[in-house]
Amino acid sequence: MPEYTLRIRRFDPLSGEAAYWDEHFIEMEEHNSVLDGILKVKDEKDGSIGIRCSCQQGICGSCAVRINGKPGLACNTHLEEAAHRGHGVGWNPPAPDDTSSGEGLKLPEIMVEPMGNMPVIRDLIVDMDAVHWRKIQRVTPWLINREPVPEREYIVPHANMVDVTQPMSCIQCGACVSDCLSMEIDPLFIGPAALAKAYRFVGDPRDAQHRERLFDLAEDPHGIYDCTHCFNCVDACPKGVDPMNQIMRLRRIAGTDYDIEDRNNGYRHEHAFVKNIRRNGLLHESDLLADSYGGKFNPAAGRELVSSLPTGIKGLARRKMTPKTALMHPHKAPKPVSQTFDRIEGRDQRVELNLYVSGYEDDEPADETESEERR
Amino acid sequence: MPAYDVLIIGAGLAGQRAALAAAQTGATVGVVSKVHPVRSHSVAAAGGINAALNPEDSWESHAFDTVKGSDYLGDQDAIEIMCREAPDELLWLEHAGVTFHRDGTGHLGTRAFGGASAARTYYVADITGQAILHVLYEQLLKHHAQLDRYEEWFTTDLVVGDEGQCVGAICRDLRDGRLELINAKAVILASGGAGQVYRPTTNGLIVTGDGIAQACRVGAKLMDMEMVQYHPTTLSGNGLLITEGARGEGAWLLNAEGDRFMEEYAPNKLELASRDVVSRAEQTEIMEGRGFPDGTVALDVTKVPRRRTLEALREIVNIGRDFAGVDITREPIHIRPGNHYIMGGVKTDVDGQTTVPGLYAAGEVACVSVHGGNRLGANSLLDTLVFGRRSGESAARRALRMPMPSTPSACLTDTQRALAAILRRRGNGSRIGAIKKELGDTMNEYVAVFRDAEGLAKAHQIVRRLKEEAAGAAIDDHGSVFNQDVIAAIELSYMLEVAETIVIAAEERKESRGAQYRTDFPERNDADWLKHVDISLDGGPEPKVSYSPVTITRWQPEERTY
Repeated sequence: MPEYTLRIRRFDPLSGEAAYWDEHFIEMEEHNSVLDGILKVKDEKDGSIGIRCSCQQGICGSCAVRINGKPGLACNTHLEEAAHRGHGVGWNPPAPDDTSSGEGLKLPEIMVEPMGNMPVIRDLIVDMDAVHWRKIQRVTPWLINREPVPEREYIVPHANMVDVTQPMSCIQCGACVSDCLSMEIDPLFIGPAALAKAYRFVGDPRDAQHRERLFDLAEDPHGIYDCTHCFNCVDACPKGVDPMNQIMRLRRIAGTDYDIEDRNNGYRHEHAFVKNIRRNGLLHESDLLADSYGGKFNPAAGRELVSSLPTGIKGLARRKMTPKTALMHPHKAPKPVSQTFDRIEGRDQRVELNLYVSGYEDDEPADETESEERR
Repeated sequence: MPAYDVLIIGAGLAGQRAALAAAQTGATVGVVSKVHPVRSHSVAAAGGINAALNPEDSWESHAFDTVKGSDYLGDQDAIEIMCREAPDELLWLEHAGVTFHRDGTGHLGTRAFGGASAARTYYVADITGQAILHVLYEQLLKHHAQLDRYEEWFTTDLVVGDEGQCVGAICRDLRDGRLELINAKAVILASGGAGQVYRPTTNGLIVTGDGIAQACRVGAKLMDMEMVQYHPTTLSGNGLLITEGARGEGAWLLNAEGDRFMEEYAPNKLELASRDVVSRAEQTEIMEGRGFPDGTVALDVTKVPRRRTLEALREIVNIGRDFAGVDITREPIHIRPGNHYIMGGVKTDVDGQTTVPGLYAAGEVACVSVHGGNRLGANSLLDTLVFGRRSGESAARRALRMPMPSTPSACLTDTQRALAAILRRRGNGSRIGAIKKELGDTMNEYVAVFRDAEGLAKAHQIVRRLKEEAAGAAIDDHGSVFNQDVIAAIELSYMLEVAETIVIAAEERKESRGAQYRTDFPERNDADWLKHVDISLDGGPEPKVSYSPVTITRWQPEERTY
C-alpha cells in the first residue's frame, strides 16, 4: 500500500499556543479518501483531532477543508489525487519543516487546513454561523408563495424544476465561501453560496417576488455585482452547483429581463464591457470607466472620471496606458467579432448553459423540452 | 435555565417537521441537534417519498402494499393514518418550496419503487431527502421568532421528574463544553436510527442510536428491535448507498453469470420486490457461488437511458465515480446487501407518545409501527414527516394545558460528574475506534440477513464484553472546545446498549418474518409470532422482554410473494 505524509493544521484556542502542523505517516490505498486518512489517525493515535464529518459520501457537507491549498470535501477527495493536485489561487505553502526532512525518501504530502474566510474554532472546524449562515439569511432564504396558493400542486414546467435542482443540490459545505476572492477583499460580499441560494428562488416559478429579490441583490453594494468572475467557487464546489454561473444568471435576469439599473452602476459597467469588446475586439481599459457612465463626453461621467484621476495617473506612470491610447481607439474590432455579436443578440431566446441539466460535454445535444431556455 | 413547552432532540426531517408543527400549534419550541440541522442523516435519503396522490391511486392500495411489505407485523391503524395523510403532507411540502420534479404536463412526477403496486414515489432527482431537509430548514429560518435552535448541542441525558414523566434534557454545547439543563413540558426524540452499530452501513457517523438508548434508560419500551433492514444495493467496500430509485428507473440486478436472477425469486416484481426479499436473493446468489469474487452481484444502470440517469440519478453517478471508480452510465457496478435502517425503535402510539409520559418519539428513532418487519423504500421520509407533525401537534397540545414541571435538583451535577469521569480517563484503555469496529463487524456477521441461535449467542457474548471494555476506553482529549472524543465515548455506550437490545430481540423471535430470517426457524409462524417483541429495562439493569399484539384492521395475514 502506498504511504503518505498527512499534515494536519491544529489549533486549540484554550492552549495559549499558536496553530501548528501535526504530522502523521499513513499507509492506505490510493482511492481511500483524505477523511479516511484523518479518521484512521484519529481512531488509532489521537482522538483529539477536530473535524466535522458524518456521511462519508459527499452529501452532508460537514467535512469541507483545504487540501494542499484547495478547498473541497475531505470525504470525496482521494489520497492519491490530493497528493498530486495543483494548488489553489493565493495559497502559500508552509516553509519546509526541518523535522520532516527524513532520510532522502520523500513521501507524497497531503496538507489539510481549515477553510478560509471563516474564523477557526478548533483544528479543522471553522465558525460557519459567523459567516456562511449569516449570508444565507441575507437572501430571504425561503419561498414566498405566488398567490393564490393552489389547492393541489403548482403547475410548473419540468425544465424549471430540473433547472433549480442545480442550486438545490448545494450541500452548504462552505468550500466556495472559503476561497471566494471577492469576500477576501470585501467581507460583506453576500458570496457565492448565498447567491446560488438566491437563484434557487429567482429560478423557481412558484416564488412571487422575483423582481424584489433581484432589485435587493442588485442594489446591495455587496450583492451580485460584487463578484469578480475569478472562478474559484466553480473550482471549489464539490457538487457542480457552479455558484458563479448562478450569479451571472441573476445578473442577466435582473438587467435584461427586469431592466434593473442599480445604483452601484454594476449593470451599466457590465454592458460597458460588452460594448467595449464589440467596438474594439479586445478590452480597451481606458474607455471602460467612461463607458460605464455613458461615454467620455457624457456629463455624468465627468465626476467619476475626475474622482478616478489618481488611478489614471498611476496607470500612466506605470505605462499601462499612454495619453494616446487613453484618448484614441487604437484598435478596431475585426468583422467576425461583430458578426458573432449580431448572431447571438439576434436570437429570440437566451440559451443558458446548465451542465446539471445537459450532462457532460460529450453528450448528444439536448432536445427542445429539456434544454434550459428562458423566455 | 431555558424552558420550553416542547423540546425537540434531533433536527432531521422528523425533528424539523415536529418543530414547525408544535410552533404552529402555539407552543414555544426549542430544537437541539448535535450537528447543524442540514447535516442530519435525512440528507442522504435519495429516492423519494410515497403518497397516493394520483386520482387513479388510492391510500388503501398504498396501505396494503405497506402492510404486505411489513410481513404483516406493521400496526394497521398506524399504517392507515400514514397513507391517508400522505397526500396532504406531500402538498404541504410542495407549497413550502420543495422542488419536486414534474411530469410532461407540469404536475408532480412519480417514479416506481420497490414493493409498490403503483408508481407513487415523488422525488427531486436522487436528492429528495436533501431537498426536503433544506427546505424545512428554510422554514425554520423563516419562523425563527417562534423557535430557538441549539445547533451543535449534544444531548447527554433525558431528565425524568418525580412522577416518572419526562421534564427536559441535559445538553452540552460542543463549542465550549458548557452543560445546560433545558426544562420542557414535553420532549420529542427525533434523533434517528442506529446504523453505526453495524459496519459497513449506509448511515453516517452521527447515526449512533442516541435516542433509542436515552429513552430506554428512562424506562421507555422499545419494540421490533430485531427488525434491521439490509438495503439490496450498497457498495462493497464502504457500504455506501445506491438508491432504489436506480431499480425504479429500470436498472437490473445480474449475478456473475450474467443472469437476471430476480426472475427466480420474485417473478412478478423482479428487482422491485420488497427489500428483504431482494437482499435475501442477492445473499443467496453470493453464498451459492454465483456472485463475483469480491462477494457482490452487479447492478446494471446502463438499462436506463443515459440522459435520464444524468438528470434523475445524478448523485449515484457521483458516488460511482468518486467511491468505486465506475461510470454507472457505461458499465454495471458491484453491489451487495448492506445495513441501512432499523424498523424497530422507541414504542409509540399514533401521536408519537412513548410509554413514558411527556416523552414523544418520531422518525427512525421511533417504532409506531408502520414498517413492521420490513420497510418499503420511500416510506421512511413519509413516516418522519407524518409522525413528526403528529408528535409536534400532540406534544404541543399536552404542553399548552399544563404548568412547567420542576426538575430534580441533582440531575445536572450527576451528569457533570459522569462527564468528568470520562474526561479523567487517559490513554491506557482500549481505543474507542477499535471497540466500535469490533461491534460493527460482529453485528454484520451474526445479526445480518441470515441469523441463527448460535451466531446470535456469540454476538450477545461479544457485545457484553465490549460494554465492559467501553467503560474504560481511552480518552485523548481533555479540553472543552469541540471535544469530539468525549462525545464519541458517550455515543459508544449508546451504540452498545442498542446493539444488545437488537441481539436480544433477534434471539427472542423464533421464526422468519421480514428482515428477521432465522435459518434455524425458516418459516413465518403466525400462530406464535404475529406479535411485537418489546424490550424495556423495567427498573432493573438488564433488558427484559415482553410482547404486545399487532393491530389488524382489515388485512388478514396472507402468504407473501412478489
